[in-house]
Amino acid sequence: MFGIESLSGSAYAGAMVGIVLVEALLLYVGYGALTRFAGPSVKDALRGE
Amino acid sequence: MSLGMIALFVGFGLLVGILFGFFGMGGSFLVTPALLILGYKSTVAVGSGMAFVFGTSVIATLKHRDLGQVDYKLGVLMIVGTATGIEVGKEIVLHLQEMGLAGSIISAVYVLLLGGIGALVTYESISGGDGGTLEHDVDENADLDEEEIPEIAQKIQSYRIPPMISLRGGITVSLWMILLVAFATGLLSGFLGVGGGFIRMPALFYLVGVPVPIAVGTDLFEIIFSGGIGSFLYAQAGGVNLGIVIPLLAGSALGARLGSAATSIVDEDEIKVYFGVMLLLGSVAVAIKEIGGAYDIEILRTASIVVILGAAVLVAGAVVYSSVQSLRTPAPATSTAD
Repeated sequence: MFGIESLSGSAYAGAMVGIVLVEALLLYVGYGALTRFAGPSVKDALRGE
Repeated sequence: MSLGMIALFVGFGLLVGILFGFFGMGGSFLVTPALLILGYKSTVAVGSGMAFVFGTSVIATLKHRDLGQVDYKLGVLMIVGTATGIEVGKEIVLHLQEMGLAGSIISAVYVLLLGGIGALVTYESISGGDGGTLEHDVDENADLDEEEIPEIAQKIQSYRIPPMISLRGGITVSLWMILLVAFATGLLSGFLGVGGGFIRMPALFYLVGVPVPIAVGTDLFEIIFSGGIGSFLYAQAGGVNLGIVIPLLAGSALGARLGSAATSIVDEDEIKVYFGVMLLLGSVAVAIKEIGGAYDIEILRTASIVVILGAAVLVAGAVVYSSVQSLRTPAPATSTAD
């Protein structure tokens, strides 16, 4: 996956950790934006307003 | 990988993320058994679980940072003390292994520790004991009232051996006391072979006197390092499966956001009750598993996994339910008296 199979040892491990880190940062930013846009509406809906 | 499996991992990630964001713990001890049930090799289950915990802790730490709930200075000091403690803990385990006593002693300590902390936290929350009134939205510059700090923490803070370190929440503690607490939690972590979130978070609150939200945020910050190093080591041995980690993380990122947001909504005592109940159920699960292993009763091993996963579903559900209830409860009316 992601073409890192050809790497070996530490480079492969570093790439795996790097991919997880990048995904985490993207998800943080993506869900952050989603929360800002949809958060108030969801809160209002839960409050029954 | 089928769409069904991806959906399963995303859903399970959501559940674990809520607990992780809320308590600052509960990642690997839920994910690893679940992956083992699904038939993955133990190296893949542990390695992928660790990579997942690494990713989740990055996201949850960033969220806690946004709320001003991470004390980096304390985090770095804790990493130093914990790393030393883990090394000593590992040495003790190796020594016990040579004597053939490691398995039984570790299990007994695990059950006693989980059960003990769980009982203490639950009792204090129910009885409204020490430190039951801390606010979640912590003002970095606000000082805590003396009665809000647990007695043991007050005692530890009273040892004013220089250099003294100022921490978030307006508390000042001796550097040596922080390192001592970090070493002790690291020792237990290394001895038990666990990440140690369930030990460090209560230790930061009960022993150092750090407010619960900052204890959670700082603990998560520390897990980034332990999870990152652990993932790297397992990935070198081919133990990290991105097909598992990526969907799990996608679900847990949303869950962690909900979980850490809930810490600012739900009542402090409720948080501690959930935490205590989860630890108590965890100790029951470990005890059942050990008895199953000792007498070779397969159904008890399965029952222990059901108890752990059941506790996770129950507690995550309770967190969501309490958050929704808190949102639906109207805020007290502002006085309009002259």
